[in-house]
Amino acid sequence: MTADSTVEAPLGATAERQAVLATPGATPDKDWVIVTRGIKREYDMGGEIVRALRGVDLAIRRNEYVAIMGPSGSGKSTLMNVIGCLDTPSEGEYWLNGTRVSSMSDDALARVRNKEIGFVFQTFNLLPRATALHNVELPLVYAGVPSDERKRRAKEALARVQLETRMDHRPNELSGGQRQRVAIARALVNNPSILLADEPTGNLDSQTSEEIMRVFESLASQGQTVIMVTHEPDIAQHARRIVILRDGLVASDERRSAFVEKLGLPSET
Amino acid sequence: MPFLDAIRLALQQIWVQKLKSFFTLLGVMIGVTFLIAVVSIIGGMTRYMSDQLVGKLIAINSFEVRQQPKVNIATSPERWRELNRRPPVKWEDIPSVADALGPDARWAAYGAGPLPVESRYVNRPKPATVYCVTSEYFDIKRMEPSRGRLFSPVEYASASNVVVIGDELATYYFPNLDPVGRELIIRGIPYQIVGVMEKQGSAFGRSFDQFVMAPQSSPLLKLVTAHGVLNSIMVQAPSREGMLVQMQRVREVMRIRRHLHPNQADNFELETSDSALEFWNKIKGYLVIAGVALPAIGLVVGAIVIMNIMLVAVAERTREIGIRKSLGARRRDIMSQFLVESATLSTIGASLGVAAGFGFAKLIAAVTPLPAAVELWSVLLGVSIGAGVGIVAGIYPASQASRLDPITALRAE
Repeated sequence: MTADSTVEAPLGATAERQAVLATPGATPDKDWVIVTRGIKREYDMGGEIVRALRGVDLAIRRNEYVAIMGPSGSGKSTLMNVIGCLDTPSEGEYWLNGTRVSSMSDDALARVRNKEIGFVFQTFNLLPRATALHNVELPLVYAGVPSDERKRRAKEALARVQLETRMDHRPNELSGGQRQRVAIARALVNNPSILLADEPTGNLDSQTSEEIMRVFESLASQGQTVIMVTHEPDIAQHARRIVILRDGLVASDERRSAFVEKLGLPSET
Repeated sequence: MPFLDAIRLALQQIWVQKLKSFFTLLGVMIGVTFLIAVVSIIGGMTRYMSDQLVGKLIAINSFEVRQQPKVNIATSPERWRELNRRPPVKWEDIPSVADALGPDARWAAYGAGPLPVESRYVNRPKPATVYCVTSEYFDIKRMEPSRGRLFSPVEYASASNVVVIGDELATYYFPNLDPVGRELIIRGIPYQIVGVMEKQGSAFGRSFDQFVMAPQSSPLLKLVTAHGVLNSIMVQAPSREGMLVQMQRVREVMRIRRHLHPNQADNFELETSDSALEFWNKIKGYLVIAGVALPAIGLVVGAIVIMNIMLVAVAERTREIGIRKSLGARRRDIMSQFLVESATLSTIGASLGVAAGFGFAKLIAAVTPLPAAVELWSVLLGVSIGAGVGIVAGIYPASQASRLDPITALRAE
């Protein structure tokens, strides 16, 4: 959290968050699933240095449901890549589940992605030629889970998103909403610490978007940590906490009620 | 990723693009086809040489004491002159040779030459070789009569006018008749036929069934050789090792008889089936080099094609690679996925090539007199070459794939 934060006692936990962010190098308590301290990410674009993240402080507890918002160019995609261990920060610390992952090797990051993170992408990113079941099995393949157990767990995950009857279908035989539910099942199959969704409804109509949001809501209420990157306020307001990035910094970090009030959106019951 | 999953994935990927995969593995397939065909034909010819030709000429575990080798192909003029200058082997050499042999070795000797042959029924002469043999000859050569009998001990000892004849002479001179008991006429003198030998077959169009055989005491001996000269003393031992021991003893005896100094070369031949096959082994060496070098070109082309196709595959499947990486695939997972895929592709090509190569060899065996022998090691070699070519061709594309940045790869179309 940055010093010029406009947040006024958003969740009643600000003091604790401030505390965990304030001590560089300290291993956060296991309760904090994500802690980033002063994360910077710079790219060299043909001699010109692009500073996508300029010192992001963020602390997320287990079981939180957080939306990360921001206009394009705000650095939210970069932040999501860093949180998802697809990218490493140029500077700063990133602690995931009590482990410092910001300086890990490619292969070590691959293990972390496999065990700790479940991705849900805007474009679903399913393998087009594989069945729903096989797509869901994929993370378990890389985890080295034996075939029988893989099938069993993949079926369970598909059942959690009510798709057990469609498991032998390929992505092109499924609707957009069903595809995204397959992707959610795939993200959940390894029991990850965080479900990381990047514009999960960006390619869906509003009715299907609501359907996916209900899945997220139900997962969050079952105790799954959910982090969702979106630029749509009506999607973001499904989360319980909304972080807004601007110019590579956290511009605001507040509970949903404050956010809803500010935007004048119809409050959820 | 477990190996079996990787292979299953590779097979799916290959199956999805059947036609493209087929063209990709064509190069490897053709290379292996020719490799297998050449190896089988050379193998078949080797078997043919040793079984049909040399095996018929020289009995198993035996050697022959001769002036000149029986199998005399690709001989230089100098060697030819040297062979003709040698003193001939004579009947008087036999006692010393026989004395030198161990108790389990046996020997036989013969003198032979071409003579015109007739019968009362057919007087158009046909080339025939007349052999005058000692008693162990038929045992050593494992020849049996198909009709009639072999010579009795009395006939071996008493200069009787009896002969046994080869199958081809029997059917030629005695059409629709049983030759046993009838007469064969040589230089106007009749000889009684006591037996007809089993068919021996032929090699390279040369028949082994145009012979007349008589006991060594027969008056025919004077017609085929003169001055006590004989063609060959054959020595047979129960084993190959035994044969080599006997060979050494006979060599010493012959050298003593001929008063050779230690620094002089043998002026006689001790010929075994191996020494007779030497000429073939020389030719085979060249055939193997040509037979391996030409398919190797095919394999190199095949490897280049596979490498290209795999590079295209990596480019086409960049997004898939990104997805897999985001789900936890490490570099080596991606690397092995593409390596297994190109190795599988190439191994399928090689396996098809092995099958086609055998088909090709069998076809050649069917339409030409050349036989084809299926060699297990060439199957294993063909398939391993396939896997090897696939792995070598796959290394570069696979390492390109494994190095892709997951974020960039996920954004690819």
